[in-house]
Amino acid sequence: MSAAEYLPPVEPEEPRDNYLNVAYGVRSWLLTRDHKRIALLYLASVTFFFFIGGLFALLIRLELLTPAGDMVQAETYNKFFTIHGIVMVFFFLIPSIPAVLGNFLIPMMIGAKDLAFPRLNLLSWYIYMLGGLFTIWAIVHGGVDTGWTFYTPYSTLSSNSHVIPAALGIFITGFSSILTGLNFIVSIHKMRAPGLTWFRLPLFVWALYATSLIFVLGTPVIAITILMVAVERTLHVGFFDPALGGDPVLFQHLFWFYSHPAVYIMILPAMGVISEIVPTFSRKHPFGYRFIAYASVAIAVLGFLVWGHHMFVSGQSVYAGLVFSVLSFLVAIPSAIKVFNWTATMHGGSISWKAPMLYAMGFIGLFTVGGLTGLFLASLGVDVHVHDTYFVIAHFHYIMVGGAVMGYLGGIHYWWPKISGKLYPEVLARFAAIIVFIGFNLTFFPQFILGYLGMPRRYHSYPEEFQVLNVFSTAGASILGVGYLLPLVYLAWSMRYGRNSGANPWGATGLEWKTTSPPPPENFEVTPVVDEEPYSYSAPGEVRVVG
Amino acid sequence: MRTDFPLFPDRASTMATHVDALFFYLLTVSAFFSVLIAFLVVYFAIRYRRRSEEFVPPRIEGSLTLEIVWTVIPLGIALSFFFWGARIFVSMNQPPRDALQVYIVGKQWMWKVQHADGQKEINELHVPVNRPVQLTMTSEDVIHDFFIPAFRMKRDVVPGRYETAWFEATRAGRYHIFCAQYCGTNHSRMVGWVSVLEPREYQSWLAGGAASESLASAGARLFAQHACNTCHRPDSLARGPNLEGLYGRLVRLSNGQTLIADEAYIRESILNPSAKIVAGYQPIMPTFQGLIGEEGILQLTAYIKSLGKPSAGGPEMLPPTSQSPLGGAVPPPGAPTPGGASPQKGAPVR
Amino acid sequence: MADAHGAAAPHALPADLQHQFESLDQQQDAASFGMWVFIVTEILFFGGLFLAYTIYRWQFGAGFARGSVEMDIVAGTANTAILIGSSLTMAMAVHSAAKGKRRALLLFLALTIALGGAFLGVKAIEYTDHIRHHLLPGPGFRHAGPDARAVEMYFTLYFTMTGLHALHMIVGIGILSTLFVMAWRGRFTAEYHNPVEISGLYWHFVDIVWIFLFPLLYLIGRHAR
Repeated sequence: MSAAEYLPPVEPEEPRDNYLNVAYGVRSWLLTRDHKRIALLYLASVTFFFFIGGLFALLIRLELLTPAGDMVQAETYNKFFTIHGIVMVFFFLIPSIPAVLGNFLIPMMIGAKDLAFPRLNLLSWYIYMLGGLFTIWAIVHGGVDTGWTFYTPYSTLSSNSHVIPAALGIFITGFSSILTGLNFIVSIHKMRAPGLTWFRLPLFVWALYATSLIFVLGTPVIAITILMVAVERTLHVGFFDPALGGDPVLFQHLFWFYSHPAVYIMILPAMGVISEIVPTFSRKHPFGYRFIAYASVAIAVLGFLVWGHHMFVSGQSVYAGLVFSVLSFLVAIPSAIKVFNWTATMHGGSISWKAPMLYAMGFIGLFTVGGLTGLFLASLGVDVHVHDTYFVIAHFHYIMVGGAVMGYLGGIHYWWPKISGKLYPEVLARFAAIIVFIGFNLTFFPQFILGYLGMPRRYHSYPEEFQVLNVFSTAGASILGVGYLLPLVYLAWSMRYGRNSGANPWGATGLEWKTTSPPPPENFEVTPVVDEEPYSYSAPGEVRVVG
Repeated sequence: MRTDFPLFPDRASTMATHVDALFFYLLTVSAFFSVLIAFLVVYFAIRYRRRSEEFVPPRIEGSLTLEIVWTVIPLGIALSFFFWGARIFVSMNQPPRDALQVYIVGKQWMWKVQHADGQKEINELHVPVNRPVQLTMTSEDVIHDFFIPAFRMKRDVVPGRYETAWFEATRAGRYHIFCAQYCGTNHSRMVGWVSVLEPREYQSWLAGGAASESLASAGARLFAQHACNTCHRPDSLARGPNLEGLYGRLVRLSNGQTLIADEAYIRESILNPSAKIVAGYQPIMPTFQGLIGEEGILQLTAYIKSLGKPSAGGPEMLPPTSQSPLGGAVPPPGAPTPGGASPQKGAPVR
Repeated sequence: MADAHGAAAPHALPADLQHQFESLDQQQDAASFGMWVFIVTEILFFGGLFLAYTIYRWQFGAGFARGSVEMDIVAGTANTAILIGSSLTMAMAVHSAAKGKRRALLLFLALTIALGGAFLGVKAIEYTDHIRHHLLPGPGFRHAGPDARAVEMYFTLYFTMTGLHALHMIVGIGILSTLFVMAWRGRFTAEYHNPVEISGLYWHFVDIVWIFLFPLLYLIGRHAR
């Protein structure tokens, strides 16, 4: 098969029996084993938690409009940023792309009818919801104020808030991640269609495979750490209590051993999305396919070796600091390789400016800035100054929001036709993407400056010379909020009133585009046999290797 | 609302100059690559804009040369960042030998500052300009962090151990002190001011302030108050090791290990005496946890430091055995490293 | 031997093949691989506690030895023998399933469950004993001798690690009981007995964790006596 077809001249029909209309009723959704329906269950849940987390972000930024802590009390504010962090990290960022897009696409991308363990998949969602319920309970009953990082001894000995329910919520949800990762790993290893070798897999699958390695190896460590905090807090034992011989810094080592790889859980899938969008909307084979694939695995592996860079001023030895610093610089290199390869993919392509591509281009720019500022933090001498300041907040929001969320939204838009069978309104979507980009930069760029000036994190009140920059940041946040609300509205609208999309509106390659939109419950009428390389936009005879 | 807001912090210490230089190097390189990538993405998007739905671009799989180039060059640049940052960091952890000693106890939600000669301050720190100052810090409750942006200085303040940091202020003025590790309700009010004074003003501050007894004499008072001298005495009635000349000396423990007696060892011996027993003595010393607070321990330590060398017949002095990369003898497992307050110090990197 | 359905040919029932797999082989292969991946996660899960143990033992060597002396070496050794025995009976159960021998499978599953229960019983006696001697960490902890703090840290790790292990044993017994009921109903044949195999993997893993816990907790400093 040569160049894929694009929008056919006639309005396509909605397929007869697809996974959406094969059965109706609440039970058919809550007891489904179809990975596509489970993906939509997750879509609803993560969207819910995203807006909860966003609400708390808004409350934070409103308080920070003025230097004095005059909107809410300090204790309340401390709960705002804790809940914002917990909800966004554990209930949105970590599950978002894997549980929504990964669940939906991986079986199709490997030519399978479902994941290896469909019932486990559904159980994952229920576990996630149970964990979310604990956390919501904690929020509603007064909140938790330890910061999402739960540092001891404050979380074990000092905090009066609902630490245990919130911690339990995270503990439980962790198992959801573990099972999802397990499912992906087994499926990718054991259920690829005939002819689908590893290096014929889409880069999205590579990215999610690397992510799943982290799910499986890292999440259990945060689980046991949380358990230790809960045991210490309830039974008054001394894992981390210096008065009982414990070491509070041990908590930090255990916590960050997971939580640093966790940030790669959050960004690798988004990178996988970009690796799909850029070739499609450049109509071109990805430049350096193998390097992008290897880079994904390298990031996952190296990501486990750098946790101490969160602890340069914690009292760990200078020697440890040196080791973690150099490794942190090393882990940046594969990410840089990916950025260069995506950019090179665009060179000589046929670039469409549709909304997914706008998100992808925004991602490349913002992730580059976020990643480069990570080098400031890896650099020991500078980190001492900017550690625990707004510089760090700006850095990780550039990656998480400018990167991961834009990757998520880009992916949602890109695969929306496949998921819903409908086209979203293109003009409105581009407008929303631009609003998000502008709002984002206005919110977070001033925070780099605030950080170097010395404004610490988690401050309810601050010196008045920091106010103007904070006002800019809050203004940006309101714009950003509008940008996020728009897709919620028009995507929902499109499910009912959007134009039918047809099987492959973008003219993309990939197994998922060879089946109908929406797909049938079994994904394919006949199990595909793969006999060509991925991303074959141009005919095989035209291969040209540069340099 | 102040409209004359700053965009860059004051530069008021020797270290700030080094940190800022590295920062500007990072900034320049980052700005260059950010602009380059942004430009290329936008330029390619425009130049190669889709003009026809039928056109399929030629297939380009990759280029090994390019991959190597754009791996090796960023790697080289990254390593340059590493080496420069590491150098600064190492010197941040090597306080000069003649530094003025200041002791800081953090607690929710205030900073208690004690100068060696007795001045006490709360949320304020007065120091002379152009003189290195070493801070020895601990917490009474949760982890805090002592942060002076103008000096580019920051260190976690951890309960149960001592952390040290140092700076040399270069410009007179008043600069923010912030707590930079979230510690509960009033974390953002755990702030203060460091006042850097010209030599004459510093002298008058020293003289004029409500200077009570020095740390060491307060420690002597505590020593007598808690009857430490019942066992720790230089004569034959002693049931505990003689403390004269203890500070900085090699100590041999009953389990065969040796260590250098530093602030952390003295503190542990007061709060948890059975953890390390000196060779030849019985484990009979009671614990003073709950009876003596962190400030009292600092006073006792200052007193012990002030005691002279013992006369002949005291425990043998041994040369230090192994060296750590930090330049001090390697402490035994369990003794928290006081981050730079080791007897052998290298010359600080300026 | 005939299975519970009385079918003559001992083939896997068509219902055994789940729709997402192409063949029963692929399905069983995937299930086994999945259990191995799960066991890796469990290693990491226990790993955090082993790390804490390593660090605190390094720091409190003498105190840990004093704590270890409080352990009942007879109970610990007996439990080790019980668990190793239960791994043997579990392996026999898997072997019986592979041979299609229903009665032997039921017997060995029952033995494994019984041995697991015996293990938990001994542990319960040990725990009660420790608690009665005020060795449960927390406000009620009391230990004569110097450096009670170190001994309390030892017991904190002892109770957490063996407690987590016991929890895994309880889950394991639950799984084996479910297998017992399934086997009773003739669910397993020589062709289809994968659940027994992968449950065996889990059971062996829980046993191996104990093999590490026993010397680390019971045998510190014993050689000197």
